[in-house]
Amino acid sequence: MRVELDEPKCVASGQCVLTAPEVFDQRDEDGIAFVTDEEPAPDSLDAVREAVAICPAAAIRLTER
Amino acid sequence: MADTLTGAEHDPAARVPGFPMPRAAGCPFDPPPALTAAQQEGPLARVRLWDGKDYWLLTRYADQRAVLLDPRVSADLTSPGYPLQAPGSGKNDIGFILMDDPEHARLRRMVTAPFAIKRVEALRPAVQTIADDLVDAMLAGPKPVDLVQALALPLPSLVICALLGVPYDDHDFFQENSRILIKRDAAVEERTAAHGELIGYLDELMGEKMTHPGDDLLSGLVARVESGELSRLDAAQMGVLLLLAGHETTANMIALGTLALLEHPAQLALLRDTDDPKLIASAVEELLRYLSIVHGGRRRAVLADIEVAGQLIRAGEGVILPNDLANRDPEAFPDPDRLDLTRDARRHVAFGFGVHQCLGQPLARMELQVVCGTLYRRVPGLRLAADIAELPFKHDGSVYGVYELPVTW
Repeated sequence: MRVELDEPKCVASGQCVLTAPEVFDQRDEDGIAFVTDEEPAPDSLDAVREAVAICPAAAIRLTER
Repeated sequence: MADTLTGAEHDPAARVPGFPMPRAAGCPFDPPPALTAAQQEGPLARVRLWDGKDYWLLTRYADQRAVLLDPRVSADLTSPGYPLQAPGSGKNDIGFILMDDPEHARLRRMVTAPFAIKRVEALRPAVQTIADDLVDAMLAGPKPVDLVQALALPLPSLVICALLGVPYDDHDFFQENSRILIKRDAAVEERTAAHGELIGYLDELMGEKMTHPGDDLLSGLVARVESGELSRLDAAQMGVLLLLAGHETTANMIALGTLALLEHPAQLALLRDTDDPKLIASAVEELLRYLSIVHGGRRRAVLADIEVAGQLIRAGEGVILPNDLANRDPEAFPDPDRLDLTRDARRHVAFGFGVHQCLGQPLARMELQVVCGTLYRRVPGLRLAADIAELPFKHDGSVYGVYELPVTW
């Protein structure tokens, strides 16, 4: 799977970091999220799916192969 | 033909219900029955506001989320058709929550850093100490005690004061003016005066921080005023927004959440008997969902025609999205009227949805987790010291809760 985050859309709610901390983090200066692991291990799949569903700005895209 | 299904203005026989609607006596945690009935009838309803005009009300979780994400809807209360909360709402503008992007995003990003997950986690030990100290004082004092004054209000107020750099000694002043500002039926003049008091207070405080900057959020805003990124009025409005939202909402969740747990003893027992952070976190999400204390309905104006559940909603029309109803949508949450601390409620919209979703939510969550992991374990005999039917509920507030919660143990 591949995870992408549309940074201009992000509203820094932090929900992805809360849901999948092994895949997302936030910038120090403004809390905007970024992906730390673009191709995470399969055992992160459920958490990433939840992060996609929960993101208030629909900023996360998951491509499953 | 979809757009012929409009409201009472085209069909004098139809009775358009007023909004907001009253809750049922004896059901203080449930949405108003008329609102639940509207959800059962269909995805859209027409409701009449205080201004005598009719607006669309969206009853379903999925539709509400889709509309709150749609850039064709506006949160700017000067947009045509915007369903104002109360007369004179526009006069008491509280900053970027009533703006659209890109200006909204520019301002919001100036204050999001301290609410990042790691920054908030770093505050957890300090919040735990505050909670322990307040519970110590409560246990050492007379009983019964009002839990609102003993814990629910001071805890988030102390935390937001430290974060913003506001002296906690001024809490009577800002708590009272905040209470008036979010009182739905307060007179326009009363709300405007309270808003002016808070703006003046924050402006003066920031003036002091120009000469004596601290390591706090307001000092950060002052630096942006000095660099020309932010107007002084915008800075004061952001300060008011953060101060108000930072204590009033969490305080209501603590008090109303405790009441809900006291009324559901088996659920309360789960928290009393655990120190599992996962269960505590799950309980907080479920309480947020179940209580949905911001109960006045999110408001938006439609800027360009959109379609919701097959219905055309035209540019210039207003929509109301009650998140308390979305959080009780059986399609999103099975058996939604049951409080179940073990369910996965993370997808609730108690903090709103879309670009305006609550920016303080990590802080609110952490504070509520600390309270849920402390109060019921340390005071295992906690019980209500009044008749629930006699409690003063905040039916008149844009944030729901109880004015007082007498408890004993």
